[in-house]
Amino acid sequence: MSQSFVDWTALAYLVAAVLFILALRGLSGPETARRGNVFGMLGMLIAVGATAFNPEAIHFGLGYVALAVLAGGAVGLVIARRIAMTAMPQLVAAFHSLVGLAAVLVASAAFLHPQNFGITDSAGSIILASRIEMSLGVAIGAITFSGSVIAFLKLQGLMSGAPILLPGRHVINLLIGLFIIGEIVTFALVQDTTIAGIHAFWWVTAFSFLIGFLLIIPIGGADMPVVISMLNSYSGWAAAALGFTLHNTALIVTGALVGSSGAILSYIMCKGMNRSFLSVIAGGFGGEDAGPKGARADRPVKSGSAEDAAFILRNAGSVIIVPGYGMAVAQAQHALREMADLLKKEGVSVKYAIHPVAGRMPGHMNVLLAEANVPYDEVFELEDINNEFQQTDVAFVIGANDVTNPVAKTDPSSPIYGMPVLDVEKAKTVLFVKRSLSPGYAGVDNELFYRDNTMMLFGDAKKMVEEIVKNLD
Amino acid sequence: MFVSLTMMASGLAEATPSPIIQQLSIFVLAVFVGYYVVWSVTPALHTPLMSVTNAISSVIVVGAIIAVGGEGMSTATWLGLIAIALASVNIFGGFAVTQRMLGMYKKKEKK
Repeated sequence: MSQSFVDWTALAYLVAAVLFILALRGLSGPETARRGNVFGMLGMLIAVGATAFNPEAIHFGLGYVALAVLAGGAVGLVIARRIAMTAMPQLVAAFHSLVGLAAVLVASAAFLHPQNFGITDSAGSIILASRIEMSLGVAIGAITFSGSVIAFLKLQGLMSGAPILLPGRHVINLLIGLFIIGEIVTFALVQDTTIAGIHAFWWVTAFSFLIGFLLIIPIGGADMPVVISMLNSYSGWAAAALGFTLHNTALIVTGALVGSSGAILSYIMCKGMNRSFLSVIAGGFGGEDAGPKGARADRPVKSGSAEDAAFILRNAGSVIIVPGYGMAVAQAQHALREMADLLKKEGVSVKYAIHPVAGRMPGHMNVLLAEANVPYDEVFELEDINNEFQQTDVAFVIGANDVTNPVAKTDPSSPIYGMPVLDVEKAKTVLFVKRSLSPGYAGVDNELFYRDNTMMLFGDAKKMVEEIVKNLD
Repeated sequence: MFVSLTMMASGLAEATPSPIIQQLSIFVLAVFVGYYVVWSVTPALHTPLMSVTNAISSVIVVGAIIAVGGEGMSTATWLGLIAIALASVNIFGGFAVTQRMLGMYKKKEKK
């Protein structure tokens, strides 16, 4: 009886894990993605059902479990329904923090009542493998939690997006890191029931929370795509570590999937900025006082009005729109789509070019454009569209800056040298919507502003586009 | 859990690898699966990818349910219940917001 239940549960977890793989697999294209998401939900249902209705593990409290699921689920559904698409980065950060905290709580529960999890030896103390796994789980979970909280505060604007640099932070972080590793080793070496063991577990937890805060504080706003992806990865590794503790295939597989997913996204984002992962994590990039400022005041720029822009756009044969974080801040995506519709009516071909690190999280711009009903087959990634700029009449840059800077290709001394950029300067005319001539996140003056074929459109992105729409009508 | 199946399958084999090694095998293979599956995700769907990985990593909720399910009330019960509530926010919120986002991706209308 008991054996068959154990096997059935394990099989159910395996099915759940396969469904999760299919959920991710579905995301290879928009047509299959929604079905994939349904697979994901099904997998979750199976994993939870197999656990909750396993009489070997659950002797008690199923009513409470249901209540907690309902309470949390209701909150989740309301948030999912109400959240603005521009706020997705902070929502994802907030969700990561919850996974992290849940991991800490589960690991703590396993530490305090290991008999519930069947991970004790005959003497009642936790077996060695589980001690290592749970202390890793609690450490990664705690870092995920506190790091995500900081990322959330920065993205939500509750905390300055500028990096906060503590003196000697690398040394402090290194010492804390070594201390955590030392305590994990202690916890593995001594029995969990001894004073030393108990202290070690809580020290690991406390200092992991602390180092999560310290690691993210020095990282600036535009590096958030890397940070969010990294925290995504951590939440996966935390789940995997607990999966080992609980001998649960679904958790191990899911943790591995999520962990590698986040790691790949971090890699793509770092590559999009031509920076090493370590330099992003070390932080301090994009300080407000970084970069040369003097030279720009006395250089002439051409600026134009919405009317000029409308005239140029209407007479163009092809337009490529380059959106950036500024478009998200100004919520200009709907006005932009209206503008594109009017242009298409005039027979102008309109496409969108997305830089991998545009916005505050991977794929941020694509979601915003999708929200504004821009068909996804008009939206192109950097490598797919970069050759088209030279045959394009107008490049319309809105809310992007560093990702269009030709200096990245020409000036080896520039901090953004080597970063892949969109070749907007090759278009016949560049229309650049911007509030002022201030440099972008990297603190580098944009060479593009002073080119002969560039016309600056000074103003708020949304208002400017709305003005252009009026003039096109 | 997994051991029992393997033991049945291996029949007369005298020694089977310890559970930790078997789990490690599953883990390493899953990392490879994840690696190839995620590289095939189109960059346009990277935001939904993050929200859905978020939802599925909340499968950690099964650990919380086990924590609650021990004999009688204990600290583990409370920790477990809080963890269940937090993970549920993520599961329901994560899948729902992913579905909402994916519903927005539309192809060009045929004229």
